Amino acid sequence: MLHVKPKLAVWKFASCDGCQLSLLDCEDELLAVADAVQIAYFPEATREMVEGPYDVSFVEGSVTTPHDEERIWEIREISKVVITLGACATSGGIQALRNFADVQEFTNIVYANPQYIETLDKSLPISNYIKVDFELRGCPIDKYQLLEVVISLLAGKRPNIPTHSVCMDCKLNLNNCVLVAGREPCLGPVTQAGCGALCPAYNRGCYGCFGPQDSTNTDSMIDVWRHLGVADETIMRAFRGFNGFLEPFKGASERLEQK
Amino acid sequence: MNVLSRSKTIKVDYLARVEGEGALFIKIKNNELEYCKLKIFEPPRFFEAFLQGRSFKEAPDITARICGICPIAYIMSSIHAMERILGLQIGGQLRELRRLVYCGEWIESHVLHVFMLHAPDFLGYQDAIQLAGDKPELVKMALRLKKAGNELVRLLGGREIHPINIKVGGFYKVPEKADFASLLEELKWAKDASIEAVNVAKSLECPDFNQNYEFVALHHPDEYPFNEGKLISNTGLDIDIKEYEDHFEEIHIEHSNALQSIHKGHGNYFVGPMARYNLNYDQLSDLTKQVAVDIGYDRQVTNPFQSIVVRSLETVYAIDEAIRIIENYEKPDKPAVEYEIKPGIGWGSTEAPRGILYHRYEIDEKGIIKTAKIVPPTAQNQGRIEEDLSNFIPQFLSLNDEDLTWKCEQAVRNYDPCISCATHFLKLEIERI
Repeated sequence: MLHVKPKLAVWKFASCDGCQLSLLDCEDELLAVADAVQIAYFPEATREMVEGPYDVSFVEGSVTTPHDEERIWEIREISKVVITLGACATSGGIQALRNFADVQEFTNIVYANPQYIETLDKSLPISNYIKVDFELRGCPIDKYQLLEVVISLLAGKRPNIPTHSVCMDCKLNLNNCVLVAGREPCLGPVTQAGCGALCPAYNRGCYGCFGPQDSTNTDSMIDVWRHLGVADETIMRAFRGFNGFLEPFKGASERLEQK
Repeated sequence: MNVLSRSKTIKVDYLARVEGEGALFIKIKNNELEYCKLKIFEPPRFFEAFLQGRSFKEAPDITARICGICPIAYIMSSIHAMERILGLQIGGQLRELRRLVYCGEWIESHVLHVFMLHAPDFLGYQDAIQLAGDKPELVKMALRLKKAGNELVRLLGGREIHPINIKVGGFYKVPEKADFASLLEELKWAKDASIEAVNVAKSLECPDFNQNYEFVALHHPDEYPFNEGKLISNTGLDIDIKEYEDHFEEIHIEHSNALQSIHKGHGNYFVGPMARYNLNYDQLSDLTKQVAVDIGYDRQVTNPFQSIVVRSLETVYAIDEAIRIIENYEKPDKPAVEYEIKPGIGWGSTEAPRGILYHRYEIDEKGIIKTAKIVPPTAQNQGRIEEDLSNFIPQFLSLNDEDLTWKCEQAVRNYDPCISCATHFLKLEIERI
């Protein structure tokens, strides 16, 4: 049987580069991945740029400029499958904190000549603009989840990425509960797993890198934190983090802000 | 032949193998370089603005997100600035662990750049994957070295990218001595491998391009700098980091979303491995100095194309230093020191893999950030990169456009630019008129 390697492209929008770096951080698997797919466009790693169309496009980062607003449509047109990598691409990222503020004021704070800066009022996820076939969560993504996505693409199956909460992983890892036993504020109950319940393993409360789990009760979470004596403005900031523009985290922080 | 018929334009849409999005515009008129501009089109992300109103405790985790390649640098610079406000001095094993995690970041970032991003230029490959086709053992060695650095960051930080275990005052959890056992064995392998890497880097052919630079780096009398020290230069600068903004200023130029730094009254300056090496040779470990001597290196390196060798020497140092720290490690009684919040202004500068990273914060009595300022290394090198190209291109105007373009890219990569950091790089365009 004639086997044609799928053509892979990796695109960057507003981001820290960490999620695409995760691919290069697969030190043990990188050469095998490069053997199984054609890395056709991945400027962080290669100066060779093979023209589209592409079988798969990985998109990192959020849309924040008029130019990027157009570019994301072009990428959709030349890609059979579009997969977003990480919190910026799936939620708008930390730079979506501007969405709760006045971006002109932000520009004035950072830049001496704001007229040189082209930026949109909001930092929005890729799915706000185009159809996305699969979203990989995390700030940063987990490289083993990324490998699962690559393997699934090659096998023609849907990636097996759990969507339960961090709590479940804590139990599986036999971590002590930092929230109940340690009385540490923790977002684990309302956050999607994927990091391996990392922070609780280091005696730290979860701070929500993988974004809201799909059936969460943020009001109940707020009550638990208040019960621990945490001030509302601190709880508000906790929800307004790396995935702060995704519901229900967004609504929770807005309700707390209004109070 | 008239002037126009001797003109042409070369365009490359996106400079590859650098971190972030940027472009380079080069205009050549009558076979003479008219100008070159480094344009950073990485979108602005406004960190300094949205840090206002956040807690001082959040600064390490938030600023880490400026750069996925050097998060430790952001974590450390912000922590040191906050600790200066709080009057905290971290000593003993906690201080050693901070150096250790920084060793991990240098190893990971330096090896990534030397072998995955820069070496392919010298050897004529598009990327490290192609290089692996011809030299699989070399690339496998590089990947294993890089992994050793990442393992170190993971052990102390929880994960390689955006580690979670480091905070103002110390760590959330500190490792047991036994936790280092297998990593220590791997680092001993890595020490030999990194010396081999230096020899590989030294064997690469590089253009003859020695320049007169102002090098700026941290300096500490007792150690090669990571987290602490005064800021010095080879032209006599010698200041506490508190005085940084008296001596350096950021200018906002039209072609860039990054702010470009200059040394007031001096102009462009050079930060990163070559600056550190030239200003801190005496503080290198004996092994690193011996390796430098063995390859015939002087205490001063002034050819930026040899930064790949210096970066490899620093990798030897980081591995050697990591082994020293691990062998002398004793688990501290507490993972962090306690403190009381108080208002004030604090400054921090640490040596990111690509050079000094400056942070300044003002916080109020509740620990809420009132103002923040961040000057990343690539913003500081940006003017220097442009000046290098201006001096470099005239020597190579006889090259065809494709080769000239590649040479320019290589010259930019000498600085291991990190453009996600600097916006707070590269589309290349050469215009010949």
